[in-house]
Parts: sequence; structure tokens; C-alpha cells
Amino acid sequence: MNDRRMIDVLVGAFVLLGLAALLFLALKAGNLASFTIGGTYETRARFDNIGGLKVRAPVKSAGVVVGRVAGIDFDDTTYQATVRLALDGRFRFPTDSSLKILTSGLLGEQYIGLEAGAEERMLVAGDTIKLTQSAVVLENLISQFLFSRAAEGEKRP
Amino acid sequence: MPDHAPFVSIESLRFGYGPRPLLQDVTLHVPRGSVVALMGGSGSGKTTLLRLLGGQLRAQSGRVVFDGQDVGALAREALYRMRRRMGMLFQFGALFTDLSVFENVAFPLREHTRLSDRMIRDLVLMKLDAVGLRGAAGLMPSQVSGGMARRVALARAMALDPPLLMYDEPFAGLDPISLGTIAHLIRNLNDALGATSIVVTHDVPETFAIADRVYLLGEGRVVASGTPAELRASSDPYVAQFLHGARDGPVRFHQPAPSIARDLGIPS
Amino acid sequence: MIDAVARIGERALGRLAGIGHGARFFARLLAVAPSALARPRLVVEQLHFIGNRSLSIIAVSGLFVGFVLGLQGYYTLQRYGSAEALGLLVALSLVRELGPVVSALLFAGRAGTSLTAEIGLMKAGEQLAAMEMMAVDPMRRVLAPRFVAAVIAMPMLAAIFSAIGIVGAWGVGVQLIGVDAGSFWSQMQSGVDVFKDVGNGVVKSVVFGFVCAFVALYVGHEARPTPEGVSRATTTTVVASSLAVLGFDFILTALMFGTD
Repeated sequence: MNDRRMIDVLVGAFVLLGLAALLFLALKAGNLASFTIGGTYETRARFDNIGGLKVRAPVKSAGVVVGRVAGIDFDDTTYQATVRLALDGRFRFPTDSSLKILTSGLLGEQYIGLEAGAEERMLVAGDTIKLTQSAVVLENLISQFLFSRAAEGEKRP
Repeated sequence: MPDHAPFVSIESLRFGYGPRPLLQDVTLHVPRGSVVALMGGSGSGKTTLLRLLGGQLRAQSGRVVFDGQDVGALAREALYRMRRRMGMLFQFGALFTDLSVFENVAFPLREHTRLSDRMIRDLVLMKLDAVGLRGAAGLMPSQVSGGMARRVALARAMALDPPLLMYDEPFAGLDPISLGTIAHLIRNLNDALGATSIVVTHDVPETFAIADRVYLLGEGRVVASGTPAELRASSDPYVAQFLHGARDGPVRFHQPAPSIARDLGIPS
Repeated sequence: MIDAVARIGERALGRLAGIGHGARFFARLLAVAPSALARPRLVVEQLHFIGNRSLSIIAVSGLFVGFVLGLQGYYTLQRYGSAEALGLLVALSLVRELGPVVSALLFAGRAGTSLTAEIGLMKAGEQLAAMEMMAVDPMRRVLAPRFVAAVIAMPMLAAIFSAIGIVGAWGVGVQLIGVDAGSFWSQMQSGVDVFKDVGNGVVKSVVFGFVCAFVALYVGHEARPTPEGVSRATTTTVVASSLAVLGFDFILTALMFGTD
């Protein structure tokens, strides 16, 4: 009988160790800890071009993660992208806040930067954020640059 | 008192592992309460008969009947239920090497009954006592001798008091003392439990001392049958060769081959 | 000429029959496996043999793989001035790939071979036949608990491997080499997704558990009951498990991480 107890204890320890490892991976290595436990509220926004924005990309305000992109849809009446944002319930933003699609670092992932506005009324679930700025597309930038250089070149002589 | 309807009946059985039939037309009957010996040379199909009886193999034609049931026709569930009424002693014991002697004998009790640990303990010790190994209960199979392992396996086969006991070469490779012990146990347990026993063996002296009836197998058939005394008195050349261990007779010594002169290249 | 063709045909049929036999074995094993959970005692015992006994090799290997990842990762990243991404690199490599795959390969070598040998020897010693004659289904009593234990143990072992690997890389990268501890963990935490990376890694290791357990048990069950047969069977287990794990890894990786 003693043998059995020993085996039970050892196996229990093994399973506990495995679960602890999984927890460690989930918390310390992964981003589980940054999940909002308080709940989120959903708002939407329309963009002409979302560039490389992906679902679950962070929404940052003043550099701090305040939410996540919950979903990306295409509206074929306005031919714009509709992005659904899940914002952390702890924070409230004015209705005239603006959104920009930014890139973290030179080759990094794209995220949404949220700049708070000045209005007194705050955003609630279901609201649409009106002020948006689309992602910067590299090709457009280059062709813009070339075009302006060409224009300058014409003006010179 | 043996019943009149045979407990086990094999009728016109035909079976082969490959294209050639090992058993061609075997018919034999085992009366209730008796000890029946199945004898024959190596490769005569004796062990195969036991496997057919237990439902591990299915006959190609003919019937195997156990207590009125056609073994070959049973589905898995029914087959398993039937097997609970059979106890089989495998050659060399086939004990579970990861369990102790005690646990080996307790195995059928734990699997098929809901008896309390205390009851199981008592039953196991009684079974071990019947084979004289109560003192070895705590040992592992690797720690007991061959003869002892076989006795443990016998205790295990008897654990549920089955009405049919089957022994596959129980005397193979044993010393004279163990031989006598096992034979003694087979006979006494059979009578004490009111069971029926089928012993597959080629050991003549021990078997003839305990069997009620002997069937001699050869060339896929039953070539002789009767009580040990009848067989001893028989003038059948097959029986004679078997009983006296003659080198040559109906079972040939030489494997069929071209003449030796040809093999050695000697002109003859 | 006709003979050669006939022989090829026979071999092909033989192979097909083998695959069919294997598939039926797997199906029966799956069908019977849940009943093993009704006898936790057996599963716990097998978890001890399979899981606890593999811990040392998994832990040590995880540690060394972590060390190497830390070193190699640093040398490579440092060339592009991205040494702070070491934590992210190490974590993703381990959690997505190395953890599940390497621990599965080690498992096949250690636990798989002992399962194969055990089943093969039990068959050779007529223990399985004896069990059948005692009206106990060896599939339920012997094979299913081992299968269930292996499927439970695999994700645990993979997680332990990855966790220890990350700690090992931290030890080498942060403590020895001097990569910034803060960015080591923060980049890792922002870059490793629980569901996509850790979760998929767990799914992989569960699949590998199924694969390794099935191969080990099947090969052992079909082994020739001779010493040579069992020895050959253990080799087959390692080779077949390893190839299957790598093959499934490719398929799973493509399915999980390809759609992005």
C-alpha cells in the first residue's frame, strides 16, 4: 500500500509540474496577463486603408495598451475597412478622439494609436470614432516622393 | 458422478493455420467431472485444440461445443462470459511479470468480482494454500522457480472456481518432484472442485496415472482413444510407438528426402 | 516477368492489409480509451512510468537546448543590433516548435521503446493470451491505460521542456552574456500569443502524444515473440515515431501558422 501512495504522490507532483510549466508559459512568456479582466466595450472606426493591421493588434494611447482590435470587416457600400475595437473598460475616451495606424519600429507590427480628444461626452459601446487616419503605404510614399522630386526638377530650370 | 451429456464436445473439427489443415477431422467428447488427456507428438495440434476450445481461434469446419454452446458462433461479449467459466494454465505459467504472486492470483477476482479486499485476500491465500505456495505470496514471478510459477498459475486458473480447467503442457520441463506434485494437484483439484479437466501433454507416465480417458492425436485425427489401461493393452502401431517411444513407426524418423547416396554424390 | 509483377502486387496488397490492420487497431484503441479513465489507478501507474521517468531527460535536454538557443540566438541577433529580441526568439522557437517536437522525439526514444518492449515481451510470454482467456480484454486493461497516460504526459513534458528552455536561455543570455533582462521578458511577453503560440504548441504535443503512443503500442503488439523480434520492434518504434512526429509537425505548422 505504501508503494501505491508513493506513486500517487509522484504522479501528482508530475502533473502539477506540467501545469505549472504551462501556466508559466502562458503568463510570463505569453500575453495572458495583459488580458483585461474588467471587461471591454466595443467601438468601431472606418479606415480608407488599414495597411498591415491584424486582428488582436494593440490599441495604444500615450504608448500604453488600452485595447485590442477585435475584428476587421469590409464595407462594400462605402468601400472602406470597418475596424471593431475592444477597449479596456477601465478607460474612457472623448467622442472626438482620433485614431492613427502606426508601425512599431521600422519593420514592426502595425498598431492603432488613439489620441484623446477634448469633448466632454465619452465614448460608449457601439459608438463610431469619426476621426481616422489610414496607414501609410510605402509605395504611395515613394511615388509621392518621386513625384515631388520630379516637380521640383521641372521648376528649377 | 459424471453426467451423461459430455461437458465438452468437439465434432468433425477442421483447422489449419495456413493452407494445409493441421486438424483434419477431430471428434472427441469430454464427460463432465473427468480428467481427459490429449496426447500426441509435437506439432500434432494439441495446443491448437485448446485454443479452439477457448475461442482464441475459429474452426474452418466442424463444431466446438462447451456445455451446450457452440463456441465458434459466439460474439465477443458472449465469448468473454463463457471464458469466465474456464480456467487455463498456459505452458510455463504466463504469470504477469509486473504483479506479485498474490496479485497474480487475485487478478481474476479483482477484474470479475466486486468482493472486498479482505475477502479477496482470504480467497487468494486459500487458493495459494491449495497449491502449497501460501508462503510465496509476496514474491515476484521472477523470484520463483519454474515449477512454483506453474503452481501459481494453477492457483490463478482456479481463482473463480471454473467448471472447466485446461492445462497446456503442464509437465513440460519439470523436475521429478514437481512433476509428481502437479499431477497430484490436477487430479485432486478436479475431484475436489467437481470440475472437468483437459490436459494437453506428451508425458505418458504422469498423465496415465491421473487421466480417466486419453485421446491420442496424429495426422490431424484422433488415432486412438480409451482409458489408460485400454491404451496400454492396445495393439495399434501408432499407440505402440507413442507409448514405448520407438524411434520409427507410423511417425517416421527420417524427414522425406532424396537418397543419401545422391546427396553425397556417391554413384550407386 | 509475370512472377515479378505478381510479387509486387502481393507485396502491395500486404502493405495495404497492414495499413488496414493498423487503422482498425487504432480505431479500437480510441474506442476503448475512455474506459481507461474509469480506472484511474491503472492510468496513474502508467503516468508514473511514462511521465515521471521521462522527467530527467526532458528537463536536462530542455535546459541544454535553452542554453544553445540563448547563445546562438544572441550571436545571430547581435549582428542586426536586435539582441534585446533574444527573449522573443527563444520563447517562440521553443513554444511553437522545439518544445513539442524535441520532447516528442525524446519521448519516442525513452518511453516509446520501453512501451514497445514491454508489450512485445508480454505477448511473447503469453501474458496477453492468458488475460484474454481470463475474459479480460488486454486492450482495456493493458493498452488503453498506457495510451491515455501517454497522451496526458506529452503536453506536460513539452511544457516543462519549453519552460526550462526559456529559463536556460535567460540564464545564458541575461546572466552570462548581459542581455537586458527587462527587454528579454517584455519583448517575449508582447510577442508570444497565448492562444496562437502556446495553445498551438499544446495542440501539437497532444497530437504527437497520440502518434507516439499508438506507434509504440501497435509495433509492440505486432512484434514477433522472439528476442530478435522485440529488439527489431523497438528500433521500428523509434524510427516510425520520429518520422511521424516530424511529418505531422510540418502539416500542423502549415495549418496553424501558415494562414496569416
